[in-house]
Amino acid sequence: MVQHTHTRFDTSFAALSDATRRGVLEQLGRADASITDLASKFHMTLTGMKKHVGVLEQAGLVTTQKVGRVRTCKLGHRQLAEEAAWIARYQQLWSARFDALDKIVEELKRRENFDDRE
Amino acid sequence: MTGNRDREPIAMTNPTTVERTSERDLVITRSFDAPARIVFAAWTTPELFMRWWAPKSLGMSILSCEMDVRVGGSYRIAFGSDPANAMPFFGTYIDVIPNARLAWTNEESAEGAVTTVTFAEKDGKTLLTLHERYPSKEALDANGTGAADAMPEQFGQLDELLATLGTGGALP
Repeated sequence: MVQHTHTRFDTSFAALSDATRRGVLEQLGRADASITDLASKFHMTLTGMKKHVGVLEQAGLVTTQKVGRVRTCKLGHRQLAEEAAWIARYQQLWSARFDALDKIVEELKRRENFDDRE
Repeated sequence: MTGNRDREPIAMTNPTTVERTSERDLVITRSFDAPARIVFAAWTTPELFMRWWAPKSLGMSILSCEMDVRVGGSYRIAFGSDPANAMPFFGTYIDVIPNARLAWTNEESAEGAVTTVTFAEKDGKTLLTLHERYPSKEALDANGTGAADAMPEQFGQLDELLATLGTGGALP
C-alpha cells in the first residue's frame, strides 16, 4: 500500500505547498462545492480557481464532476491526501533544517577561505 | 539590476527530496555547495549542529546537545525552551567514517529509527543522503506526528488540514 513514486510525491507536495489550495481542501473537507462557490469564498476569479482545482485534481487530492453547467468538486482519495500531508510535513522539516544548514556551511566555507589567505 | 554573476542568487536553495521507499524506510536527499568535510563538521560539532537541527523558522529550539562521535559513542539532544519540559532525543553512533558516513540509533523508545547519513562529494559539492529505517511500518507512520510535536506552529496547520481530511466526506 505504501509504495510511492517520485512523481506522485512531487505532484501532491506541489499541490499542498499553496495556502489557497490547502484552504480549498479544508473547505471540501466540510462540504462539496462548485468552482464558482470556491472562487467567491477565496475572492478569486473563476479562471484562477479552475487552475488551483486543476492542480489538486492532478495530484488526486480532489475529483470534479460536471453536471449541466456546474462543475462540482469533492475531496479525492482520503488516503492519498493523508499520505501527501504526511510527506509534506517531513519535507517542511527537512527543507527548513537544510536551509539553516546552508548558512552554517557558507560560514564554514568563508572561514576556511579566510584561513587559507592568512 | 546587478547583472550577471557566476553564482546563483542567494535566494535559490537546493531542493530537498523526501521519499518513503518502503513501509519502513524514508530517504531524504539534498545537495550542499561545499566539500564533504564542511558538511560533515556541521553534523558532528554540537555548537554547529544546534544551530540548524531545530530551525527557528519552525518554532523549534534546542536546550542542549552532547555528541561523542565515534562508533559506540552516544549523543543526547534536548529539544524545547524550558528545561522542565525538555524533549530528549538520544542514542548511539554505530558507524562513523569521517567526511563520508554517519549512522546512529535512536533509543528514546522501541520505535526509534536507525539513521544513516552519507556525504558524497563531487566537484566540490556534497550530495547528502539520509536514510531512516524504522522497526515497523507503524513506527514510521506514527513518526509523522511525532516529528510535529517538536515544531508547533507551521506543522499545526498541516495537522489541522489532515484532521479535516480525515473527517471529511471522502470516506467510502
